[in-house]
Amino acid sequence: MLAYLDHAATSPMRPEAERAMLDAVHEHIGNPSGLHSVARKAAMALDEAREVMAASLGGSPSEIVFTSGGTESDNLAIFGAHSARPGTVLCSAIEHHAVLASASSIGARVIPVGRDGVVDLFALERMIDASVSIVSVMLVNNETGIIQPIDEIAEILRKRAPSAVLHTDAVAAFPFLDVAKAARSADLVSISAHKFGGPQGVGALLVRQGTSIAPLFRGGGQERGLRSGTHNMAGILAMAAAASATVAQREESVRTVGRLRDRLADELLSRVDGAVETGNRTNKVVSNCHLCFPGAESEAILFLADRNGVCASAGSACSSGAMQSSHVLAAMGLEGEVAKGAVRFSLGWNTSEEEVELAISVIPGVVEQARSRSMQKAG
Amino acid sequence: MSRVLVAMSGGVDSSVAAALLVRSGYDVTGVTMKLWDGVSDRGCCSVRDVEDARRVARRLGIDHYVFNFTEEFENTVVLPYVTEHTLGRTPNPCIDCNRHLKFGKLLERARQLGFDKVATGHYARVIESSPSRFSLYRGVDQEKDQSYVLSVLTQSQLAYCLFPLGDMTKSQARDIASTLGLCTANKPDSQDVCFITDQEGREGFLSRRMDLHPGEVVEVATGRRLGNVPALELITVGQRKGIVKGADGKRRYVLRVDIPARQVLVGQADEVGVSRIDLTSLSFVEEPVPPGTEVLVQVSAHGFVTKGCFLGDSVVFEGRHRRVAPGQTVALYDGSRVLGAGLAKSSP
Repeated sequence: MLAYLDHAATSPMRPEAERAMLDAVHEHIGNPSGLHSVARKAAMALDEAREVMAASLGGSPSEIVFTSGGTESDNLAIFGAHSARPGTVLCSAIEHHAVLASASSIGARVIPVGRDGVVDLFALERMIDASVSIVSVMLVNNETGIIQPIDEIAEILRKRAPSAVLHTDAVAAFPFLDVAKAARSADLVSISAHKFGGPQGVGALLVRQGTSIAPLFRGGGQERGLRSGTHNMAGILAMAAAASATVAQREESVRTVGRLRDRLADELLSRVDGAVETGNRTNKVVSNCHLCFPGAESEAILFLADRNGVCASAGSACSSGAMQSSHVLAAMGLEGEVAKGAVRFSLGWNTSEEEVELAISVIPGVVEQARSRSMQKAG
Repeated sequence: MSRVLVAMSGGVDSSVAAALLVRSGYDVTGVTMKLWDGVSDRGCCSVRDVEDARRVARRLGIDHYVFNFTEEFENTVVLPYVTEHTLGRTPNPCIDCNRHLKFGKLLERARQLGFDKVATGHYARVIESSPSRFSLYRGVDQEKDQSYVLSVLTQSQLAYCLFPLGDMTKSQARDIASTLGLCTANKPDSQDVCFITDQEGREGFLSRRMDLHPGEVVEVATGRRLGNVPALELITVGQRKGIVKGADGKRRYVLRVDIPARQVLVGQADEVGVSRIDLTSLSFVEEPVPPGTEVLVQVSAHGFVTKGCFLGDSVVFEGRHRRVAPGQTVALYDGSRVLGAGLAKSSP
């Protein structure tokens, strides 16, 4: 048996998405930009998908731009808004690299977070003035699951920099948070399909009406000129199917997944000496169980967990496959022994009780072994 | 069945080491250490090398992991490398990496994870000469022998080491790699320091990490100033390249680098020889070597050996031995068996 507890990295496809993908491949063989019947049929399907995405993000269909995923959405938001209206860029210290790297390449200033993992609003107030053109703060942090106060940030912007654009990376939020509501005050909202049971390689950016952004790619002018390139029909239709299933089941799965997460976190906290939970659970998405096991190293824990059938993660993986130390925990002031033993268990739409029970039974022994530094012969 | 963690750099040697272990029936897992965050064009840190290692692992049907040891590498290899230069010494980062990373951190991690042995693609041999007593010998390929860079290992490390290539030649290893269709079969050997790119060189790297100071070149015999060097810290004892000739038109060699005085002390060819090398930081592979023991001395990775006599904190030679840069590892052998190693101290 395998316990896949790394949904925050990528979540398996939902059956609805899988069906939509196959349908797309078989039924919608046309290029939606064409004129003939086959193309028009594809265009209709695309419109429908756009409506679904708009509803799930709390926007109108004309505000949806389909992209290749979260990274492209974030890049389009940051660079697109910046070229439309240059100015000072602010982003939080705990952003995903897709935002952090994009924003720092144009000289972004970094908004600190508190020890609770929440963006420091007082610091933001001090940093903001009318020269600020873009503020980017994620809705939910992908490592810790901590929810960020987007409405309050929007309020500060309204007062201090009314013409600034507010971008929120809602990639980690969408599966278990009503993004339509939670990101209502953001001008630009990024999401990625594979985090909520859609396929990899497709995502969307909500561009609220009145927000001007320039495209990253030039070409055929698809997506109202904001994203040239032939539509990824199978991906988009599957994403829409996954989004619609996610929204329909969200209330219920917040309850069931939340219960599983609580059991996992509570059991591990009580069974493993010195284990600490990251962040305040009441301000986190229900799918995230981020724990630190001081005295053990993440890599060793993850290796042993893997050998025992439990897939989890820590920090973010770099292109070589190595785990990198977490900039998120460092920004929260969590360093040294505690941060070194960080592990993120992330649950998803199909996480079962058996998977959680397996993790509960395996992890305490794994941590104990990872903490051993003795030189007696290993068995 | 014994569980072995094989360190796979993405090069041909460690690929073949893994292949041989699989063939011998070990339960093999591959690991590539990510050691360096910066730019690198060789060694085991580039994404390409990790991919090569993973391709080989896939070919061999074994698991492959990447461990991130960048922090340990920075602290135990790169920082000391810089510090040694500030002190005018000539460090050997590959030896530090073996001691602290491959047979330090990685070995510790392997034990923690339940592995019985750690294997690498080094050309050297470990022989259990009596129960729980391990001897280290040169690899049979005299050209490729890497026992010098392993000479700092001790019993607590050798007990867990496997060097599957110790009994073969490099060309045999390449043959095995091509027979097995491993993508690394024709990769060139890695050379030089892995965290320094060809583009920036040692000077470029060090100048980002420390201050380099100009110094004057002074002839020891006459006390005469012969000229200047732009960066004192880049000068190595024994060096003659870039050093001005003496008044007689003959080459001068570096005898000593005096950092506090900002001086490079030079002399003629016959002054480079010494009859004694003082040692510090001595370690022994097996038992401590008693003073008075006749030994063979090797002072660089593929250098020749000289007969000498070990005196406890130095080795003395009947004739003259070329001056050794302080900080260099001096390996001691009995025939082809490694006895131990120390670091050269500055010669007077």
